[in-house]
Amino acid sequence: MEGNMSLSLKVWRQSNKDTAGGFENYKLDHVSPDMSFLEMFDVLNEQLIEEGKEPVAFDHDCREGICGACSMYINGRPHGPLRGVTTCQLHMRSFNDGDTIVVEPWRAKAFPVIKDLVVDRDSFDRVISAGGFISVNTGNAQDANSLPIPKEAADEAFSAAACIACGACVAACKNASAMLFVSAKISQLALLPQGQAERSIRAEKMVAQMDAEGFGNCTNTGACSAECPKEIGQINIARMNREYLGAKFSSSAV
Amino acid sequence: MSWFSQTISSSIGKKLLMALTGLFLISFLVIHATINAMIFYNDGGETFTHWGHFMGTNPIIRTLEIGLVAGFLIHIADGLILWKNNREARPISYEVNNRSANSTWYSRSMGLLGTLLLIFLVIHTAHFWIPNRTNQFQTGEELNLYQMMLDIFQNIWVVLIYIAGCISLFWHLLHGFKSAFQSLGLHHVKYNGIISFVGTAFSFIIPILFALMPLSIYLGWIQ
Repeated sequence: MEGNMSLSLKVWRQSNKDTAGGFENYKLDHVSPDMSFLEMFDVLNEQLIEEGKEPVAFDHDCREGICGACSMYINGRPHGPLRGVTTCQLHMRSFNDGDTIVVEPWRAKAFPVIKDLVVDRDSFDRVISAGGFISVNTGNAQDANSLPIPKEAADEAFSAAACIACGACVAACKNASAMLFVSAKISQLALLPQGQAERSIRAEKMVAQMDAEGFGNCTNTGACSAECPKEIGQINIARMNREYLGAKFSSSAV
Repeated sequence: MSWFSQTISSSIGKKLLMALTGLFLISFLVIHATINAMIFYNDGGETFTHWGHFMGTNPIIRTLEIGLVAGFLIHIADGLILWKNNREARPISYEVNNRSANSTWYSRSMGLLGTLLLIFLVIHTAHFWIPNRTNQFQTGEELNLYQMMLDIFQNIWVVLIYIAGCISLFWHLLHGFKSAFQSLGLHHVKYNGIISFVGTAFSFIIPILFALMPLSIYLGWIQ
C-alpha cells in the first residue's frame, strides 16, 4: 500500500535470565503508519513464526495506555520518542520510512530480564506490599461528606495515582532509581484522609523496600518525569523526601 | 542499626547529607569569594590581609573550619558512595541511549564535575591553605598569602587550572544548588522561581568572581 514503510529493527534477544543476550537485526516491509508500535511487533512475530523462528517476547496487556505492561526502550528512550505516551499508544507515523529502530528491555539490577524484552518488575510489587495500601475493615461505604477533601488535594492525589507502574522512570534514570514510582505511590495516600493512619510507617517501609531492591539513588536530573507516560511530576519526589525524613525523625518507631 | 544510622544510610538519607553539606559548602563559597574579592581594592593586599588574618586567627572561625573540613569530607565520601551505588543499580547499560532528550548533561555529570573539583581542591589547598596552616602550627606566624597569590598566578598553567576549576564549579552549582532544595523536599510553587533564580545567579557570580582573581593577577591588573 502507498505510504507504508520499510524498517530495520535491531531487537534485544535473550532466552532467559541466566543466558547472555544479544541484538538481532530484522527487516520489516509494508509497515502501516497507522499501526501501533506493538502491532508492528505482532507483524514481526508473524513473520518470524512463518520463517520457523522464535517470536520476540514482549510485555503487553491493555494496549490502551493504562495497564503499564508495555516496556520497550526505543531508540534510547523508554516508550519511544513521544512525551506522555506508552509504547502501545506510540504509532509508526512517529517514525520514517527506512529508519533503523533499536529496541531494548528496561535496564536495571532490580528489573532482571526474563526473556527478550520482558523484564521482571516484581520489585515494584514488593515495594507496594511493604506499605502502599490502607488497612480498613470492610463495611458499608460511608457518607461522602463525612470525609471532606480539598479539591487541590484530590487533584494532586489523582495526578500521583495516574502512575501505571510501568517502570519507565527507572529505565530513564541514569541511576536506575525508582523514586518517581515510589513517591507517586506514597503521595496518592499521603494526600488523602484515608492514608493518614499509616502515613509515617508507610513512607519508612516503602523507602526501605525500595533500597533493599537495589534501585539507585535520585540525583534530580528530572529524566523520570520527562519520560513518564503519565507525566508524574518531580513534586512527588520532594514530597516523599519530606514524608520519609519527617517520619524517620519524628515517628516513635525506633 | 539505630534509627539514625538507618536514616542516614538510606537512599533519601544520603541525598539529605549531600544537600545539607552542599548548602553548607555554598555558604562557605560566599565567605571565601567575598574575602578574596578584597584583592580587587588593589591596595597592595591591605584589606585582603586584614580579613585573611581575621579568618586565620579568630577562634570561632577556626572552630568552624573543622566543620568545614568535615563538610567537604562528608560531601566527597557520600558523593563517591552514591556514585558507586548508582553504577551498580544498572549492571548492563543501554546500547542506544538518548539522554539529552530528557535531562541536561551537567545534571547527569555531578560525579564527574565533583571529581574535577576534588582534583582542583587538592591543587588549591596545596598552594595556599596547607602551607599556611602548617606554618601557623610550626611557628605561630601566618604566611603572606597575598604575595603567594601574586607569585603563584604568574604561571599561565596554574591560571588555566584555576579557570578550569571555576568552570567545573559553575556547572556543579548550576545543578547542585537547585537539586539540594529538591532533596530537602523544598519544592513549592511559591518558592521554586526564587530558588531557581538565586541558584542560577549564584552559579554565575561566584565562579566568575573566582576566575577573575588569578586572571587579573596574571594580566597585571592587580599588583
